Amino acid sequence: MQLRLNSFTKTFDNLTVIDELNLTVESGEMMALLGPSGCGKSTTLFTICGIHRMNGGTLHFGDRDVSNLPSQKRNVGVVFQNYALYPHMNIRENIAFPLRVQKLDNATITRKVGEIAELVHIPELLDRRPAQLSGGQQQRVALARALVRQPDVLLLDEPLANLDAKLRLEMRSEIRRIQLETGITAILVTHDQVEAMSMCDRIALMKDGKIIQLSEPDQMYNDPVDTFVAGFLGNPPISFLDATVADGQFRVGDSGIAISDALQPKVHGQVQLGIRPEYFGPQFGIGLTGKISFVETQGREDLYNVTLPNGSILRSIQPAGRRLKLGETVNWGIASDHALAFTPEGTRI
Amino acid sequence: MTSNFRSLPVIALLTILSLPLVVMYAFTLVDSITDAEPGSLIPSEFTFHHWRFLWDDTTGRGSVWIATINTFIFAGSTAAIVCATSLTSAYALSRLNFPARRFFLAGVIILHAFPTITLIIAIFLILQFLGLFDTLIGVIMVKAALELPFGIWVMKGFYDTVPWEIEMAGVQDGASRFMVWRKLVLPQVQPGLSALLIFSFLSGWSEFILPLVLAPGSDAQVLSTYLAYFLLDDSLEVDFNLFKSVGLFYALPVILIYLAFQKKLMNIYGGGSKG
Repeated sequence: MQLRLNSFTKTFDNLTVIDELNLTVESGEMMALLGPSGCGKSTTLFTICGIHRMNGGTLHFGDRDVSNLPSQKRNVGVVFQNYALYPHMNIRENIAFPLRVQKLDNATITRKVGEIAELVHIPELLDRRPAQLSGGQQQRVALARALVRQPDVLLLDEPLANLDAKLRLEMRSEIRRIQLETGITAILVTHDQVEAMSMCDRIALMKDGKIIQLSEPDQMYNDPVDTFVAGFLGNPPISFLDATVADGQFRVGDSGIAISDALQPKVHGQVQLGIRPEYFGPQFGIGLTGKISFVETQGREDLYNVTLPNGSILRSIQPAGRRLKLGETVNWGIASDHALAFTPEGTRI
Repeated sequence: MTSNFRSLPVIALLTILSLPLVVMYAFTLVDSITDAEPGSLIPSEFTFHHWRFLWDDTTGRGSVWIATINTFIFAGSTAAIVCATSLTSAYALSRLNFPARRFFLAGVIILHAFPTITLIIAIFLILQFLGLFDTLIGVIMVKAALELPFGIWVMKGFYDTVPWEIEMAGVQDGASRFMVWRKLVLPQVQPGLSALLIFSFLSGWSEFILPLVLAPGSDAQVLSTYLAYFLLDDSLEVDFNLFKSVGLFYALPVILIYLAFQKKLMNIYGGGSKG
């Protein structure tokens, strides 16, 4: 079901947290609300499920205006960061609770709980208590409980934050699988760009209560609207260089970097160059001279920091095995087609 | 069990320190079923004479059984009122955002700090005005009111440990606020509730001043005033062994309750269950 937020405004004690936010999540789509802490993503989520009241604007599920409905009447499933399972009930009762509230008959409840347990792969855990489950299993139960009454929208509030690294990887694909299998419209709130990029159809990147950019993950990665977006996505992160446009080149100190044909007519004067680690290295010829100031071995790849004479740092990610030493001087090139240019204020050129 | 210090000296010290108490309790028990020569500690004959108050109203204070029933009603109603009120008001103080919430919290603490005895004359006058003087209902209301601040604070502590996400999840699952409280929150504060129930029952059971002042007649008397009568009334011939027997009888339910529920009583300062 399509979800539509229209000029949504939220204030806490005279402090406007979110001002006139518009967001449309298409039916069956999984949307990420991504951003640093305090950007308003959780506030938006809690408003959609009805825990917070809206101070302005409207919220529609499909054609239904739910702006002023209490949580109980919105038909939204929520998975909380700490799962919020009911500790005094076993798993079966936990999942059945939303159905018990609806006063369904026992046979229907048993059938539905069985089906949903099958879907999230926990049929053998139904008689246990929440305290006896691992984090990943509790996560599955929370998902099952949120989905069992077939909500219009599924909201996930940092669902992977409490899991260890390996489980996080597993649950990432599991949540996506379950979302695709049920075809439910979902919103994922996270501050982890990897989660957002790997799980979602589209990402809304938020900052200070505004959506800075809303697009598909690869587009957001390759075509960021400003330095904030460029810096938020990508691991290891993008590096920024101050450069001057002169002689048809980006001048950085004594060195020059070619300007791509697409950028050529648009840039002049001072610019910030954004260069992702995968587009800086010896495979792109020569261009910038610097000293290796940091080496991080990651197994398959090595990450190098190269400090330029003017003090700027560029990151480069290379296949493992080069064995460059700290302090070595290198002269590496940049894939100029992939260099991103920004104004000194940070807007994309 | 392993320990990092030798336990024998500690046990010896504790034994010596608690010996006077043990001796007193032991003699209470022994004296209640024996007689001794005047001036002697050693019992000389075995008798149930001191327990005659159980079947024989020789004291002129009415039947001990009436007093016992009264005490049960008094302690039980006090506990019930305290629990029911604490349960709901503590939830409101812990969870709901209502006007003057901080004022109520501070007010409850101040009430708790007030010594009962300073209020006794005012309460006396109010009860007299309401026509509840010398009735069990009057004392129950006063006792419950004075116990409430403690109960509210204990229950608020338990409610505070329940994660708010559990309530939010319940609301999202479609349950009303009342149902969330009843089905999801209450089970989590249940250890606190049972502890408070026992605690306030025992507090009512041992209350002395309020019944003494506010219900002095023999119709509404409870065991504590019944017992005190043996000491306070000059017209009676003082029988210390009878007094000890009544005391034992009075303490028996308390001992039984402590034995049965000591684990739950420990909970009251432990604060709730962790999910």
